[in-house]
Amino acid sequence: MFALCVHRCYQRSARLLVARRQKSSGPVSSPLLSRLLRFLTQHFYDVEMFLNWRSQQGRNRLQKKNVFYAYTHTLYGPDIASAHYILCLGGGFRFVGHSDWFRANKRGKFSWDFLNHKDTPLEEVDLSHTVTNYSGLFNLEHQHHLRTLKLQGCPEVDDWFLAKLHVLQDSLEELDISHCPLITTGGLATLKNLKRLKHLNVSSLPRLQNPGLVIILLEEMLPHCQIIADGYGHRLRPADKVCVEEERVQGQQQ
Amino acid sequence: MSGWRRLQVKFRTAGLLTWTRVTQPHTGRGGCLTFCQSLSTGGPLRNDFFKDLEAQLAAMRKKAADALPGSSWSPFEFNPDLPPERADVVIVGGGVMGWSIAYWLKKKENKSAGMKVIVVERDPTYSQASTVLSAGGIRQQFSLPENIHLSLHSADFLRNINDHLGVVNEDPIDLQFNHSGYLFLASEAVAHIMEENYSTQRSAGAKVSLMSPTQVKERFPWINTENVALASYGLENEGWFDPWTLLNAFKRKAISMGVIQCCGEVTGFSDTTNVLMNRDGEEVHLKRIKSVKVQMPNSMEFQPVECAIVVNAAGAFSGKLAEMLGIGLGPKDSIAGLPVPVEPRKRYVYVVHCPNGPGLDTPFLIDYSGVYIRREGLGGNYITGVSPEETEEPDTSNLEVDHQFFEDKVWPKLANRAPVFENLKVTSAWAGFYDYNTFDQNGIIGNHPLITNMYFATGFSGHGLQHSPAVGRGVAELILDGEFQTLDLSDFSFRRILVQEPMLERNIV
Ligand SMILES: Cc1cc2nc3c(=O)[nH]c(=O)nc-3n(C[C@H](O)[C@H](O)[C@H](O)COP(=O)(O)OP(=O)(O)OC[C@H]3O[C@@H](n4cnc5c(N)ncnc54)[C@H](O)[C@@H]3O)c2cc1C
Repeated sequence: MFALCVHRCYQRSARLLVARRQKSSGPVSSPLLSRLLRFLTQHFYDVEMFLNWRSQQGRNRLQKKNVFYAYTHTLYGPDIASAHYILCLGGGFRFVGHSDWFRANKRGKFSWDFLNHKDTPLEEVDLSHTVTNYSGLFNLEHQHHLRTLKLQGCPEVDDWFLAKLHVLQDSLEELDISHCPLITTGGLATLKNLKRLKHLNVSSLPRLQNPGLVIILLEEMLPHCQIIADGYGHRLRPADKVCVEEERVQGQQQ
Repeated sequence: MSGWRRLQVKFRTAGLLTWTRVTQPHTGRGGCLTFCQSLSTGGPLRNDFFKDLEAQLAAMRKKAADALPGSSWSPFEFNPDLPPERADVVIVGGGVMGWSIAYWLKKKENKSAGMKVIVVERDPTYSQASTVLSAGGIRQQFSLPENIHLSLHSADFLRNINDHLGVVNEDPIDLQFNHSGYLFLASEAVAHIMEENYSTQRSAGAKVSLMSPTQVKERFPWINTENVALASYGLENEGWFDPWTLLNAFKRKAISMGVIQCCGEVTGFSDTTNVLMNRDGEEVHLKRIKSVKVQMPNSMEFQPVECAIVVNAAGAFSGKLAEMLGIGLGPKDSIAGLPVPVEPRKRYVYVVHCPNGPGLDTPFLIDYSGVYIRREGLGGNYITGVSPEETEEPDTSNLEVDHQFFEDKVWPKLANRAPVFENLKVTSAWAGFYDYNTFDQNGIIGNHPLITNMYFATGFSGHGLQHSPAVGRGVAELILDGEFQTLDLSDFSFRRILVQEPMLERNIV
């Protein structure tokens, strides 16, 4: 019994050591405050409630920004509603037949001149680095002349968003979804619904697994579309196609 | 535990300070005190007496606290895995339905910790549960508006799954959702049904499009469109996902909200019976469940759990569970003689490898012959299967796979529809039980007319996984509000079975 006990103690100390080492060498990514809060949640229900409440607030704010602009829609028509939505989010757009862009400035302010162009559809939309999400897309549903959509680095654009892009299937020619942190392979397959797609940028999607293989499959699926896929390390240079093929074979064997 | 403590004390008398330090996190409050002292003062031997005393005192304090009224201490040893003796709601079956209902009950209760909900699952490995053996598909292409709405609501839930089921400080849920539409192919004979279904689906708000054979050929060149008259393709909210992840997400969230999980099998009920007369002067025996008998795994031990409400979410075995209450055993042509029409039906799923098969844009293809196929991963793997004929239902005593069935029934039809699959290799296969509703292949939701406090959520026959979020909410509403609030599911109640009016899907297969 005694020996057992000693043994156990040793085991435990070893385990503790390992645990500590992992902790110290791990990346100190999360800031102190959030680590502290995380620690506190494990001990106090109130803190947990507070965190829940806070994330709910965040979600509500996001939802509010992406509501359907029904009022503008009925009063000014779908085009102005789309335009207003884009500017409110801090994005920019170009009307059909115009050459200049309407954009919100860095502080989110914009001029209301776009109201003079009632019933002019949008041709290009840049929502890069905005919080546009699935619900927000309802505001663009009526843009049947929309040719270019830029969604670079949008934190809320996910696979469901891509699946919903079929509302623009007859017009969209250029799509940029590079640097979107939520997109996975599961959503890319729906891009086939976009019948006229000619340019697609899928660079640096952090959640894409086996990017080499996926890009090959994308190219296969969209033969008439030029696909840009940077930021996946060495694997995607054309010279490395052999390597990608190997990956595919491996994938098959699994 | 106390023996362990005593041993520690002995260590310290031997002067082994380092060891006391290591074990310190496990000695609790008393231990912590002694530890501080041993650091602060020099002579360990002098302090031993106090340390011992401290430990003894702590033990005494604990004992005294335990003996106070209101503590759960009892002089008898008992199994900590036993379920509690009393609960408000007992959910039988810890599949996706059971946990979804548990989650929604907790979500809807207005006072936190106001209700004690237990989920009883006999097999924590889920080796036979339909949930984890399913194909994981979700579609909107049904013919009944109720089913379409269930799918739409569930898709909405899955889209926002992290808002619903996310737990603070845990990783976000990744369902591995593959967005790919279902492609139904219809022959000349059934094309008109497809058209009707299409307009029902559109008016319910589903995003579906009809395709001509030429369009199908253009978009999916690998499909042989011979004898295909019409096709319908889902544009949104369709695809497949990982059933395990959904099940675990429901479970994790429900447990974090206070639902009690219990491993054991429900083997019986105790109930009271009220005898009433109906208008024709016949006796009606109304039952009320008082407690549920939960048998512990691998032992003779069992625990009766007194409860107010029982939910039957036992999937394919829910008919059997109802039989324990005498449902279906009564005289013929009385209500008690009508069994719950849910039974296990074995379905095979084959994983095939086809190196030249269709790529990323493979739909969840459903041919009018009944054969389906979908992509599985990116490496040229697919899963396929077909429902056997009513007369050729396989034996359901085990989950063995019949490989001849693939050769005879699946492959020829598959290779006919998509000739690339002439060249394939079956790499693995599994079988699962459909919770098959023999009456009309649709869910049964609501309480039984003869058992006042048992609610059913079963019989989904091949689309229970995708409907679980919306059905769970419906059942929770039925229990807590007395009626459906968000989606009216009353058409799925037992009434249709009593009056023998089946609610059939108009399938094109
Ligand atoms: C091959 C196959 C493919 C499918 N494909 C799809 C699909 O693509 N899309 C879709 O939506 N659905 C699909 N389904 C159907 C879907 O899986 C089921 O409808 C759904 O999982 C039912 O969930 P459940 O929780 O009711 O049942 P289950 O997951 O079977 O859970 C019931 C649980 O109850 C437990 N239990 C039973 N009796 C007792 C008892 N007496 N005491 C304690 N515990 C008990 C069982 O152990 C089991 O774990 C498929 C099913 C199969 C078999």
